Order: sequence, then structure tokens, then C-alpha cells
Amino acid sequence: MLTNITMGQYYPVDSPVHRLDPRTKLILTIAFIVGIFLVSNFSGYALVLGFLYFVARTAKIPFKMLMRGIRPLRMILIITFLLNLFFTPGEQVLVSFWVIRITAEAVRQAVFYSLRLVFLVLGTSLLTLTTSPVALSDALEILMGPLKKIHFPAHELAMMMTIALRFIPTLLDETDKIMKAQMARGADFESGNLISRAKAMVPLLVPLFVSAFRRAGDLAMAMESRCYRGGEGRTRFRVLKITRNDWIAAGITAAFLALIILSGKVLP
Amino acid sequence: MSIEVRHLSHIYGEGSAIRTVALDDISFTVEQGEFVGIVGHTGSGKSTLVQHLNGLLKPSSGQVLIDGEDLNGEKVNRRALRQRIGLVFQYPEYQLFEETVAKDIAFGPKNQKLGAQEIDRRVRKAMESVHLDYDTYAEKSPFELSGGQMRRAAIAGVLAMEPEVLILDEPTAGLDPRGRDRILSMLEDLREKEKKTILMVSHSMEDMARLADRLLVIAGGKLAADGTPREIFSDPERMAGLGLDVPEAAKLCAALRAAGYDLPRDLYRGEELREHILRIWREQRAEERAADGREARRTDAPASRTEVRKADEREAREAEGRAEPDSRADARKGAKPC
Repeated sequence: MLTNITMGQYYPVDSPVHRLDPRTKLILTIAFIVGIFLVSNFSGYALVLGFLYFVARTAKIPFKMLMRGIRPLRMILIITFLLNLFFTPGEQVLVSFWVIRITAEAVRQAVFYSLRLVFLVLGTSLLTLTTSPVALSDALEILMGPLKKIHFPAHELAMMMTIALRFIPTLLDETDKIMKAQMARGADFESGNLISRAKAMVPLLVPLFVSAFRRAGDLAMAMESRCYRGGEGRTRFRVLKITRNDWIAAGITAAFLALIILSGKVLP
Repeated sequence: MSIEVRHLSHIYGEGSAIRTVALDDISFTVEQGEFVGIVGHTGSGKSTLVQHLNGLLKPSSGQVLIDGEDLNGEKVNRRALRQRIGLVFQYPEYQLFEETVAKDIAFGPKNQKLGAQEIDRRVRKAMESVHLDYDTYAEKSPFELSGGQMRRAAIAGVLAMEPEVLILDEPTAGLDPRGRDRILSMLEDLREKEKKTILMVSHSMEDMARLADRLLVIAGGKLAADGTPREIFSDPERMAGLGLDVPEAAKLCAALRAAGYDLPRDLYRGEELREHILRIWREQRAEERAADGREARRTDAPASRTEVRKADEREAREAEGRAEPDSRADARKGAKPC
């Protein structure tokens, strides 16, 4: 029940995409997002879809796995779609009754923006599926490095992110365990109205908070006893290196961006 | 109430890259009043197994029958059944959440929709069973208690539902010797006085030697052995092959047998081993004494004979004094005179 959250879930296989430098992947993902916003017509989206398919194939990630990332966003998708559908002004009226007026332009726009959202999620899931959270926060720390000059806490942020990500599965396990323990004492998490359900969460949340704080204390103690004192002068276990593959990936993404811009100019 | 497990298998993450078989075709029956120990290596599937016994996990295949009725049948009220089969999880103190110990223990009975009086009676009784004084602890916050006390309060929370079967997953893990002893003597009481059926998962073979009537050995998700502790502990090599230990007394017994001493092969309790060691020791001394006696007669010095006997008696007393019952360290010391 708690295990099917794909957003930010690393899919551990070995592929050229997995082996890319996380910094490259991060920058290319940003470029990809920019690319999506440059798309102005549906033929551009065909290109985006093709590109996504190509990357997913190279990364050996099943397309089904990728699509699963959309599920948590389905409400937002539906709302976006409906809002655009009902509130876009246009000339060609398709349906009109009571206060509702749906125009051809509205349909086009609703589909267009919904697709944009879908592609945004798919692109970023590709990043998180192929990059372990630790590698990702390493990359973020290095990329935010120059900001340290203006006293931006890049290392601290990256460390917080790593720790938070590291403890998500632990806390999920813990939740599962406490839930079962309370169910063994006859707790009921599944039936009743909203208020009684919220009340039923107390026996779950209190122990969960207690244990989260205990863990945080233990972790801080463990880090301090190994002389952790922030990012200053800290070396890395995994030194990131840009290789030939990173340049190839950058080249492919650049070609993709160029094609998108071109398609916006040339095709309808 | 009997629990019958039939060809139970459980697979985690079916149909994905992380598919693991946690339990593989396990069958056994636990009768009313038995004390069954479940032992196995870390990750052998013990915890998965016990979660099936009250319906918290559903088997991938196979059945769990409670008094002949399938636990996962459609008409079964699993919530009611869970109250008849109390499950105490590993580190149960992490499930405490109420403001006071008494309120926390009352959580289970409250979920059973019992009256206030009955709840109060049960809370008192449960606290008494786990040796927590009601007047001292009932109104304390559970988070003020020591680790061992928290553990016992959490166990009381399950006992208060008055389950017919009690299942405990590693109830003594991480406790100091005294806390451990308290839990074990509490379980002994529950078995003797209330005749409860108890299943206990544990790493500690000493605990098992002390309590279990029967042992289920789980290895790699399979039921590797099912028998009395005497049968199972008499084969330390097989147990070692399964990554498991035997009680210290059984180990010592095997070592002494290997050194040529005449001991039965299936001793596993400190006190019974002590008896045998003392017997051998007495026999040896008697032989020596007889030999000494012959020598003394030859040199004709009767005074020395009584001295020898006195010294013998003193030594025997000391040896017995040192070999206090039920302690592995003492079992080792008791062996010294040999």
C-alpha cells in the first residue's frame, strides 16, 4: 500500500544512462524542461515523446514503470484539463448548454497543457529513476557550490536532502510495523467517517514521531562521534567525473532542443 | 484453540525484480496449551510467519486454520480473531502512545468495546501479570519508564485483550539480564497459571531451553526441524549448519563427550548437566579414594585416610556451591573439578 510511490524511486539497473554523471543528468533534465516549454504544437510533442522513449529504452526502464509516476498527479491533471476546457475563450463553439461553453480552442488548449504536465513528470521521473538519491544530492551540492560565496548553505541543504531521502524507506517500514502492531491490538484504520479515521491515526502518529526524533538524535550523535563538522574541507568518497558519454548525452539533448525549436518554426 | 498451518508460502514483491520467497511450504499444528519456540537465523522468515498467524499478512498460498476455520476465509472477522490471538511485535515498546500506562494498556480492550469496569479490571490484571505495580505505574507516562518496563507495559497492552494464544516476536531482544529474566518468568507464569498457548520467536537458545516444550526451526523460509528441545539440541552440528546455536549447556555437554566423558548426548539444561558432571566427579573421586586407601593400607597410616576423606568432602561441597542452578557460566565452572 505504501510501496507504490514511483516519484523519486530509483530503479537499480546498469545502463549508459544510469552511468552518466548525475550533474550532466540534472542539467540535461533542466534543458529538457525548457525544451517542453518551447514546444508550440503537437508535432513538437511527438518529438518529445520520441526522445523520452529513446532515453527510457537506453536506460532499460520499462515504459510502464515510467508511466506509474503520473498516478499521484492524476488529480492535478484532471483539474488542469477541466479548467482549461471550461475557461478558455474561443470562437468555434462545440458544446453549449447552461453556463458551460466548450470551444475547439479550449479542447486543444486543455489537451496541450495536460500533455505538457505529463511530459514534465515523465522527464523528471526519468532523472530520479536512473539516478540514486545520494548521487542526485551530490550533484546538487556541486552545482550549487558557487552560491556558497554568498553564504548559501549548499552543503547543509544537500546533506539534509540526503538524510531525508535516506529515511523515507525507514520511516515507511516503521509506519507499517506500528500500524500492524496497533492492528494486532484491534485498531481499525480502514472504516469509519473522517473524524474517527483521523482519531485512529493518533496511535500511529505518536509512536512514529517519537521514533523519528529518537532516530534523529541517534544519527546526530553518530555523525558527531565521527567528527562531522559540516562541508568545509570535506572530501568525497565518490568523485564525480565527466566522461565521453556525458558529452554524447549533451549532444543528443542539444540536437533534440534544436529539432523542437525548428519544428515550432517549420511545422504547423 | 488450535492453530494449524497448511503449506503456507509467502512471497514478497511478486512479479517484480525484488521478488523474494519469505516462506516456503510450511506446515505444522500448535495444540492448546503448548509452548512453542520458533527459532531461525536473521531473515529466515520467523517474523513473516508469526504475522500470518493472526491475519496481518495474507499467505501467497496455503492456509492458516484457527480451530479448523480458514483465517483468510471471506466470512471471518479478522479483527475479532486478532483479539483472540495476541501478537506482541519485536520491540513492542515503540508502539506505546498514550498519556498514561493504564490508558495505553486499555487501548486493546477499548477496541473490543468493553465496559469501563471490565477494562479497568483487565488493565489491573494485565499489569499484575507483567509485574508492574498498578499504584506506582498506572498514571505514569509510558515514556518515563525504563526500557524493560516499557517492554512489559507494551506486552500488558496485548495481554489485556485476554487472548487465548499469545505470540511473541523476540520478547527479550535488547534487554539486560534482569529485564530478560522478568519477561521469561512472566511467560512461565502465564503458561503455568493461565494455561495459555504461547508461541515465542527468539534468537536466544537459553530462553528456549528454559521455556519451550517444542521447537520449530525455520531456515531459508522452510521448516527445517520440528521437535522437542531435547531432540533438536542434541545435534549441535546440524544446528550450526543452519546458522544456529545450541544452549551453552548442550555445547559443553558435546565438548565433554568429545573429551571422553560418559554423558548422555541430549542434555541441554544447566542443572541436569550439573547433576551428571557431579556424578562423574564423585565416581572419579571414589576411585581415587579407593586407590589412595589401598596405598594408605600398604604404608599403614590410618590418620592420613580420614584427612583425605575430609578434604574430599570439602571439595565436593565447594563444587556444588559453585554450580548454582540455571546459569551457563556456572555450568562451565561446575565442569572444572572434572
